[in-house]
Amino acid sequence: MSRKKLSRREFVAATALSSAALITAPYIRGAYAAGKLSIAFWDHWVPGANKASTEIVNEWAEKEKVEVTIDYIPSQGNKNILTIAAEAQAKSGHDIFQMPTWWPHANAELLEPVNDIMEPLIKQNGNVNGTVTYLGQANGKWLGVPASVGSQIKGPCSRIDLMKKHAGIDVQEMYPAGSPPKADNWTFDTFLKAAEACHKAGVPFGIGLGETSDNVDTAGAIFQSFGAHLVDAKGNLTVKTDAVRQSLEFYKKLLAFLPPDVPSWDDASNNKWLVSGRGALIMNPPSAWAVAKRDAPQVAEQCWTHGFPAGPKGRFAPYLPFFWSIWSFSKNKEAAKSLLVQLSKPDSIEKMVVASGGYDLPAYEKLTTLKVWQEEGPPKGTLYHYPNPYNHQTLSIAASPAPPKIAQQIYFQATLTKMCLRYYQGESMEKTLAWAEGECEGFMRS
Amino acid sequence: MVDVAFQQNRVQATKAARRRNGLHKALKRKSTVAFLMTLPLILLIAVLVVYPAFYSLHLATLNKSMTKFVGLGNFEFLFKRDTFWLVVKQSCIFAISAVIFKALIGFIVAHFVHNVPANKQRRWRGMLLVPWVIPPAMSTLAWLWLFDPSYSAFNYTLALFGIGPIPWTGDANWARFSVILVNVWYGAPFFMIMYLAALKSVPEQLYEAAAIDGANWWQRIWYVTLPMMRNIIAITTLFSLIVTFANFDIVRILTAGGPLDHTHIFATWAFRVGIEGSDIPLGASVSLFMVPILAVAAIFILRDVSKRGNEA
Repeated sequence: MSRKKLSRREFVAATALSSAALITAPYIRGAYAAGKLSIAFWDHWVPGANKASTEIVNEWAEKEKVEVTIDYIPSQGNKNILTIAAEAQAKSGHDIFQMPTWWPHANAELLEPVNDIMEPLIKQNGNVNGTVTYLGQANGKWLGVPASVGSQIKGPCSRIDLMKKHAGIDVQEMYPAGSPPKADNWTFDTFLKAAEACHKAGVPFGIGLGETSDNVDTAGAIFQSFGAHLVDAKGNLTVKTDAVRQSLEFYKKLLAFLPPDVPSWDDASNNKWLVSGRGALIMNPPSAWAVAKRDAPQVAEQCWTHGFPAGPKGRFAPYLPFFWSIWSFSKNKEAAKSLLVQLSKPDSIEKMVVASGGYDLPAYEKLTTLKVWQEEGPPKGTLYHYPNPYNHQTLSIAASPAPPKIAQQIYFQATLTKMCLRYYQGESMEKTLAWAEGECEGFMRS
Repeated sequence: MVDVAFQQNRVQATKAARRRNGLHKALKRKSTVAFLMTLPLILLIAVLVVYPAFYSLHLATLNKSMTKFVGLGNFEFLFKRDTFWLVVKQSCIFAISAVIFKALIGFIVAHFVHNVPANKQRRWRGMLLVPWVIPPAMSTLAWLWLFDPSYSAFNYTLALFGIGPIPWTGDANWARFSVILVNVWYGAPFFMIMYLAALKSVPEQLYEAAAIDGANWWQRIWYVTLPMMRNIIAITTLFSLIVTFANFDIVRILTAGGPLDHTHIFATWAFRVGIEGSDIPLGASVSLFMVPILAVAAIFILRDVSKRGNEA
């Protein structure tokens, strides 16, 4: 076996080369030195809105040398919540998942706490509203960062002309663009009178009483305006109260002035009601107005989004936030947190809100007066009061303040709208309350 | 024998040859070939059906947060819920009435098609099968628009005659009628095609003999057609009953269980509870509730079918 002898010259050259390689190695950065990150974003219904999120993520990925993959998952057909359930079961999937309303709490044990980034974000962007804290925090642990994308208020969207003509209400004067609301008289009494007048005129309010989100959200805000809760924050049953009775009585009166088919309305029905020009008011984010802008411009230019009427216990509006959450099984939590900070910077938020045509609402109080809401139209200023810029209404979600895991059941079983319908259809008050109490008892199982 | 006696390693060689022959014979056996050819399907069913079925059984024994084994606790909880019994009642109404109407319509239409001249039959068969070949999620969307609360094409047409508007999906009874109607529309062609195949296999001589005996139209159906179709009717009914009990898409799209839960069936309520309400173990329990009942029905019907098969 021959053995080649290493010459002194060869030895020195080899040593020099190896040393050079070892010294320079730490400074060589691969294209994706900081690993991989997969993200599941909610697939925005506004064309082009996803592009803004993609651009922000790609810019960040380029800078941080992270290889990112983005999946846009639609909520149509509940595809997003099915994927959440599958990933929670498999304990595998995306690193970041954009979760709607109740899902951070439903998966609380499987989510990485993000207190370390939420505290600086609140300092930077201002405080978040109570509903965000209620849905996004469990035992002091932040379960996700509030996402502006997809978050919305489902307040009234009124027809300026029809409300003026039939109900004698000038919604633009009540909620003037660029200045605080003058809505002291915008109460449930005024609202009922307007509903009656518009019903008589053949353009009734389009408020659904089905079992889908839009229907439940409106009922939730009305119940809260009466101070009515089925289950309190401690988990006690509070169905048989005067506040709940008053809410049902109010709904009974209101239902008489609504289209007869509202018990079967889904989330598309109210949009169609407004766009077709058959109604004077619906409760919806500006999506219906945006569709009208495309399909019925003469309707769109008469639309004005504004605040909820006030009840005896205050003025409440339905607010549905999304959260960007990190799974505890994520393999790149640090990169995920860094991206969430980037997505929550004021510039990024404004970019995403603009891309959504003003539909998306940031949860932070310093970001409710962006230029987009002042400028969107026609008519100009139609969205000015959409983000609740003067905090004159409390943003809430139906079934709160019940513990979120109970509230989620009340919400998805549409207990509130079912109660209203049962009572309206002739069931006695006490029977309706007893039924609701039985339902809520069932929702409390652990 | 003498040659063999002189061979070395005779025993081992014989064993090896026998093994080779055995394998060869096994491979040549029809049942082995059939098994090998169905193996991919068996594996597919094992992965996509058997595993999820056992997994859902496991899920149904856990508590809501899926941290504790509760045995039959979820079923105990369900049995105390009024809504659950409402769902049981509705599932039975939905499945049984839909299957009866599908069978009846399928039977009648199969007779009509059977009596159409042979050269025109193919066209009719093709047209009548259309509802069954369109994915139900898609065709139900069309029905949804026809039943739309505010813009129903049916109500528009009825209004021309001064009738309506009918709350197709807004009133409990009308909503039940609507979901059953769509299910019948979708499933009747399957019965029709099965019954048509069965009708074609009834020997013409039997009808001729019945005619000679003076049997009228009804007697021919009762004493010839129905007994000859009995097995097909039993199997088709069983199959359809199982599929209809497990229906999801039609109800989910048309009414999502409303109004007031009056159209919920097992699958839609399981989805509401399990996925939308984040109570997966309870959802699994709801969807598993019918398994033992349908299994018993299947055993009885199939036993009856095989008994008649043996008699024949």
